[in-house]
Amino acid sequence: MSHPVIQVEKLSKSYRLSHQRKESYVALRDVIAGKVKNAFAGQSLLRQTESEEFWALKEVSFEINQGERIAIIGRNGAGKSTLLKILSRIVSPTRGKITLEGRVASLLEVGTGFHPELTGRENIFLNGSILGMSKSDIQKKFDEIVEFAEVSRFLDTPVKRFSSGMYVRLAFAVAAHLDPEILIIDEVLAVGDSSFQKKCLGKMGEIAEEGRTLLFVSHNMETVQRLCPRTILLDNGQVKAFGETVTVVKSYLTTGSETNSKRSWLGHPKPPSNAIVKLREVRVHDEGFEIKQSFDIARPIGISMEYEVLQEGDVFTHSYNFHNEDGVNIFNTHDVVSEGRTQPRKKGVYTTTMWIPPNLLSEGYVIVGAAIIKIEPFTIYFQEHGAVSFNVVDYLRGDSARGQYTLGFPGMVRPLCKWETKHQPTSDRN
Amino acid sequence: MSTARKIIIEPNSRSAFYWRDLWNYRGLFYFLAWRDVLVRYKQTAIGVLWSVLRPFITIVVFTLVFNKLGNFHAGNGVPYAIMVCAGMLPWQFFSNAFGESAGSLVANSNLLTKVYFPRLIVPSSTIIVSLIDFFISFLILAGLFVYYQYLPGVRIFFLPLFLILATVTAMGSGLFIAALNVKYRDFRYVIPFIIQIGLYISPVGFNSQAVYSSEKIPRFLKHVYALNPMVAVIDGFRWSILGEKISGNLFDFCLSLAVSLVLLLIGIWYFRRMEKTFADII
Repeated sequence: MSHPVIQVEKLSKSYRLSHQRKESYVALRDVIAGKVKNAFAGQSLLRQTESEEFWALKEVSFEINQGERIAIIGRNGAGKSTLLKILSRIVSPTRGKITLEGRVASLLEVGTGFHPELTGRENIFLNGSILGMSKSDIQKKFDEIVEFAEVSRFLDTPVKRFSSGMYVRLAFAVAAHLDPEILIIDEVLAVGDSSFQKKCLGKMGEIAEEGRTLLFVSHNMETVQRLCPRTILLDNGQVKAFGETVTVVKSYLTTGSETNSKRSWLGHPKPPSNAIVKLREVRVHDEGFEIKQSFDIARPIGISMEYEVLQEGDVFTHSYNFHNEDGVNIFNTHDVVSEGRTQPRKKGVYTTTMWIPPNLLSEGYVIVGAAIIKIEPFTIYFQEHGAVSFNVVDYLRGDSARGQYTLGFPGMVRPLCKWETKHQPTSDRN
Repeated sequence: MSTARKIIIEPNSRSAFYWRDLWNYRGLFYFLAWRDVLVRYKQTAIGVLWSVLRPFITIVVFTLVFNKLGNFHAGNGVPYAIMVCAGMLPWQFFSNAFGESAGSLVANSNLLTKVYFPRLIVPSSTIIVSLIDFFISFLILAGLFVYYQYLPGVRIFFLPLFLILATVTAMGSGLFIAALNVKYRDFRYVIPFIIQIGLYISPVGFNSQAVYSSEKIPRFLKHVYALNPMVAVIDGFRWSILGEKISGNLFDFCLSLAVSLVLLLIGIWYFRRMEKTFADII
């Protein structure tokens, strides 16, 4: 009879975001300076400008039974890594409770603690002990590990001389031979060549068949569907769905995370501007100018910029840049076609619309930056990063570049390309 | 391994299993220490000789500068070099162990953010390396005994007690600074500073007796001097190696001893208090 071995009750985790510093640690100097400032300015004022609470997880609850293989999916920043880190006892939660039954091993990174100067053999022992194996466990499994990793010839070579493939194989091999009752794995299969990935997947399948519980975080929908019967979808730090993998993956692919497809600076104390022009509003809309959060991959997407010209007679043009959720710049564009761009502007409000052709962007989250620039000489009048954002969704009607295919589909763009096949009949000459 | 053990994770829950976990992870303690020993002298030409060479040269310099030029003396017919050595070895051990453990959390930040284990293992395992260095550098003292034809008394068998005291001192201050260093990186500048100043205010190049018997130094300053926990350690080393009597009064010695113990308690307490947030802020 299976019973819950992982119980998560109303788990929350907050981080303090500071806007001024990139590093999470603090310098004593700042603390002292802060204390001094506090004495002069009111404390509340300082707090507001320096830090803000950010909830990486909000009231997450679920139960996992013994022997289950569960995937956790979600966009970047949805809270997956935080959840794994709390389950692995690396960070502690802000609120809530977790009950784990059995030995837990977590693999959040391949080769944690590997030391480049040490040999393969030495690193097996070191890494094994870091992951919680005893010396005798490691000795017992040593040969198996070496065989699995296919590195027997290089056992006495420092791992800094290993190829990255060998390094990853050795690291995964050690982890794969842990003997935990609950195994937590984060995205480690994203590395290694495809034959080794298959081997890893096979090993993970075995682990689960032996009655162990597996928790697996991945961005790879295909792997998730093959390995895990059930899936948890995290969005914005909350459990959005928990159920059959097929259903959850589909809902993940067809709905987006929170977006902001209209942004207005009217009445804003500091809108993006210079002496000549001031931004009023940016909107993302469909062909009917309806502002939406999610857009059909197979239809054009319009982005409109409304701005006010404050000074007569200048000539400038408009520009947008597009980034995906990983922060990769998908493409940039500036206006080289509209009529107004070469005319000296009159005072007043203008609206410029740019159309993204259908079947260009891939599915997912898109962040739009808006700018007004002058080409000759090149000057940026203003530039607003992340002005608006939206989702591109494939409604799986079969009219997009997906066709009938519904699994993982990487790539930053997804054009519907033209394909041609020509047939040359086998000539039966002889 | 056999019985399914329940782990409950809650905010601020003081793990009831902490000390048991620490015991279960003793293998990791051993392997981290082993790693540090292995890595330390890989790619060095003379390897382990460094742990003899560094203190040896320092002792030679101290002897030349203070004894030959400055005309300092050890008293009791003890060769000055042996007196310096008896102070230098524990001092070097302390400064290495303290420096390494204080910086160890930041140096191992990749481990802290990816794996769970009782964090106490990281700074405490670094002390093992310094301990091994200490034993190797002990050869210098043996060499000096032969060179000066000096025979220590039976008190030398008490030496391990003072080595433990030195370990306690290094561990306490190391844990405290290691935890602080995670939050305030300023401490990476403080560590070498403490070590540098410490060399001058500890009785390495001079003798505690010189301080305690001086009439120029006011009485309360002598107590302040005794607040340095390394005073008790080094005085203890000299007591067991040179047969010197514990200088000053027993009160000052106990004061120094107490500071060591309090440091250890504060170190462990603060470390445990900060431990949960290490992975968040490192």
